[in-house]
Amino acid sequence: MNLTLFLLFPLATAIGILIAKGLKQIRVIALIGAVLQLILSGKLLLAYYEQRATGNQAQMLFEYIQKWYGPLNLEYHIGVDGISIAMILLTAFVVVAGILVSWETNHLSKEFFFLLVLLSLGAYGFFISLDVFTMFFFLEVAVIPKFLLIGIWGSGKKEYSAMKLALMLMGGSALILVGMLGIYFSSKTAAGAHSFDLLELAKMNIPLARQMLFFPFAFIGFGIFTAIFPFHTWVPDGHASAPTAASMFLAGISMKLGGYGCLRVATYLMPDAAHAYAWVIILLATIAIIYGAFATMMQTDLKYINAYSSVSHCGFVLLGIGMLTQTSINGAVMQMVSHGLMTALFFAAIGMVYSRTHTRMVAQLGGLLKIMPFISTVFVIAGLCSLGLPGFSGFAAEMTVFMGSWQNPDKWYRLATILACASIVVTAVYILRAAGKSIMGPLGNDSYKDLTDAKWYEKSAAILLIFGILVVGMAPFWLINLIQPGTEFIMNKLAVVATGL
Amino acid sequence: MLNEYFFVLKAEWMLIAIIFLLLFLKVGTSDWKNETLLYAINILLLVNLLVGFFSNLEGALFSGMFHNNALLILEKNILNLGVYLVSLIAYPWLKKHEHVLEFYILLLTTLLGMFFMISSGNLLLFYLGLEMSTIPLAAIANFDLDKRKSSEAAMKMIISSAFSSALLLFGVSLIYGTTGSLVFTEITPLLNGSALQLLAFILLLAGFSFKMSVVPFHLWTADVYEGAPVAVTAYLSVISKSAILFIFLQVLYVIFKPMSSEWYFMLFFLSILTILLGNLFAMRQTNLKRFLAFSSIAQVGFILLGLSAGSKTGMASVIYFLLIYLFSNLAAFGVIGLVSAATGKESIDHFKGFYKTNPSLSWILAIALFSLAGVPPTAGFFGKFFLIMAGAEKGNFVWVIFAALNMIISFYYYLKVVKVIFMDPNNQPIEKITVPALPKLALMICLLGMVLTGLLSWIYEYIYTLSNF
Repeated sequence: MNLTLFLLFPLATAIGILIAKGLKQIRVIALIGAVLQLILSGKLLLAYYEQRATGNQAQMLFEYIQKWYGPLNLEYHIGVDGISIAMILLTAFVVVAGILVSWETNHLSKEFFFLLVLLSLGAYGFFISLDVFTMFFFLEVAVIPKFLLIGIWGSGKKEYSAMKLALMLMGGSALILVGMLGIYFSSKTAAGAHSFDLLELAKMNIPLARQMLFFPFAFIGFGIFTAIFPFHTWVPDGHASAPTAASMFLAGISMKLGGYGCLRVATYLMPDAAHAYAWVIILLATIAIIYGAFATMMQTDLKYINAYSSVSHCGFVLLGIGMLTQTSINGAVMQMVSHGLMTALFFAAIGMVYSRTHTRMVAQLGGLLKIMPFISTVFVIAGLCSLGLPGFSGFAAEMTVFMGSWQNPDKWYRLATILACASIVVTAVYILRAAGKSIMGPLGNDSYKDLTDAKWYEKSAAILLIFGILVVGMAPFWLINLIQPGTEFIMNKLAVVATGL
Repeated sequence: MLNEYFFVLKAEWMLIAIIFLLLFLKVGTSDWKNETLLYAINILLLVNLLVGFFSNLEGALFSGMFHNNALLILEKNILNLGVYLVSLIAYPWLKKHEHVLEFYILLLTTLLGMFFMISSGNLLLFYLGLEMSTIPLAAIANFDLDKRKSSEAAMKMIISSAFSSALLLFGVSLIYGTTGSLVFTEITPLLNGSALQLLAFILLLAGFSFKMSVVPFHLWTADVYEGAPVAVTAYLSVISKSAILFIFLQVLYVIFKPMSSEWYFMLFFLSILTILLGNLFAMRQTNLKRFLAFSSIAQVGFILLGLSAGSKTGMASVIYFLLIYLFSNLAAFGVIGLVSAATGKESIDHFKGFYKTNPSLSWILAIALFSLAGVPPTAGFFGKFFLIMAGAEKGNFVWVIFAALNMIISFYYYLKVVKVIFMDPNNQPIEKITVPALPKLALMICLLGMVLTGLLSWIYEYIYTLSNF
């Protein structure tokens, strides 16, 4: 299977959008492109199973290497393992849903869909890359669309939020840049050159002193993308100001870029440092989980509620990575998938409510279940998934993280695990309160009576995401089997170090 | 032999021919319309650009005083391309100008001076070329004849360049005093880092820093950029800076190679100062030309970082960056020039709501700013990345971290302009501007350059193979 298709499809879609005239053509082209991409992701999954079934045990499948900037030894090197496929599937789901949700975007629709597609291009490119330089390239490709999406189509203090988000993410990129250059200049291939190739780098051992120096740069750099405490402040403002689809992309895809980078680049390439700094990661993650949960309790705006709860939920991803056991890393990847689907769904539901009632304040809403049963149900499902109800993806993912974390015998780590578990109670409080106040109860405003329920495109978006959530929630072993071979390689690398020390 | 005199000096002969042609036109009693004249000149420049790619001969003339090699040919082609683009951009402004021929005669004379300067193998010819490339520039900085600021710019420029030339000459004389020679190849083996030679180098460096507008020798830059006509500003910030950097590369990498540990630390401090001050001042500017002036100061700081590598990758990354910088900056100046020629507005605030009326120009300006900021997929990302990568070669990560953090600041002020263009509401935005064919061509070339120079790696690889010293 040719993975470059994952770049060519969005590129073709983007060009199609540029040529198209009028909202109707544009959105149809965007949707066709996104659906094709989803089908392609499905085919990739099948092709992956097929390869594994024939006994192909290679770490990465469908590899392709093309020299790019020969003198510097940069490559366009792509390939996937189970982890990347899970991320690509997530991206494909969220992109389709995001485009469906923005079906009625009248204002500058060509630019809007173009930027959405460009953002998805960056994400796909990031997930298929096996070269740190290419990854970095695609990571940054996705920054500018976010800035423009929030700044032009956003609401509230959008310019401030857009600038804050762009600068903080750019700051993350700057740290990653330092980290990756550190890795590059510490590496030496057989031919004596430096390399950015992920698989090549994984075979080498970077000197401990260099790892200790550059791991924080790389990890915190990627961490900023996934809202590591105390660099999470772009999340609430960015999400709250963004238009619905951009919020979905931000939470569903963009924050996952960071988690994936933390795992794939920082932890995998610098395992000694990962062991040494694990306590810092866990500390920061635990703070983020608890602080995020309590901060959510204080919010009155639905988007802020979801944004702060994202900080809390992404803390689980970092917690899972920091615990460095196989189960916990599996859990971290599952949490990325689960959180991506569920926040996208939540933001979609909030967007649907907002586009009708023109308010996101919990206090002003109420009684929506009677008026818009479908949207309200979606809202409740997203909420329940977020609080980790068994049967939905949130439970499976968080449970795996906790199980994995407990496997780490250090008593302080176990304390962190207990504290993280306890945050679920807080989550339940704010989710149930928000859902209860805005969905149930008396009507918040009489004018709500005339509101209509979801349109077909909103329904399809929601159903698509709910389908994803249910698959992960009902059959988590499916996802674990997919990512297990990938995490095994990471664990092997980590284990060598643990015994070597 | 005659053949050699012709082909080694081919780029220079071409320019001389064009200059004489224009002189004849001026002396003759032609009363061509400005449009026709400009089209004719632009075609001449295009021919000049294309001829530059063919039948070049490497070699040395006048017992090593003038030499030409593949790298220099490439650099001359880059400069030719830049001049062609500047000329296209200047069209809307020159169309209404009375002295088109004089403008081009002066402009091409400076270019000729730059060619001699970068090809020189002797400090005398180097100095001659340098002066030839700056004095006419001061004259064309004054080309907005009815604007006081333009004369002020010219005055500031001539004084500061005279001062820097004096510093340079002092340095040259000290080098001559300690080594007894002005020929590059003879100087190098005699350099031992003695106190007098160090002083000579510092003086030379100060002279170069003036021309490259490196902090603390940058004070003239913003005023001159603001006062001069947009096309001249573009020329100053791109072409003349590139030319100076090309010869600076030779000076550091070839002549002063024995003193590389000394100049490394000088570059380190200059670069830190330049990046920081350039960035901090750029944040506060309200005039777009001043803004680009300070941002280009910061860019030079990054170039010094790449320069410091003292290796093949360092040289390649600097030349590559300058090529990208040429496209990005000229695109930005192209849009500003169009707006300035049509409305006379140059302040950042005037660009509020620009996107509503001029979407395509807005996109080009935004892409140019992204490229300057170093955001992918524009070529600027690759340029800046390779500069920083070359700088990291020596393991000085303090410098790298500093540069990386400063990229955030630069990102902030570039984005601020993008924000003004796309997001700020305005009741009276700049009206729709009709773009004439020639500037449109220039913007298209710049756009292509900004996208393709990065994604197509062979451009860098080609520069890399030529970078030898």
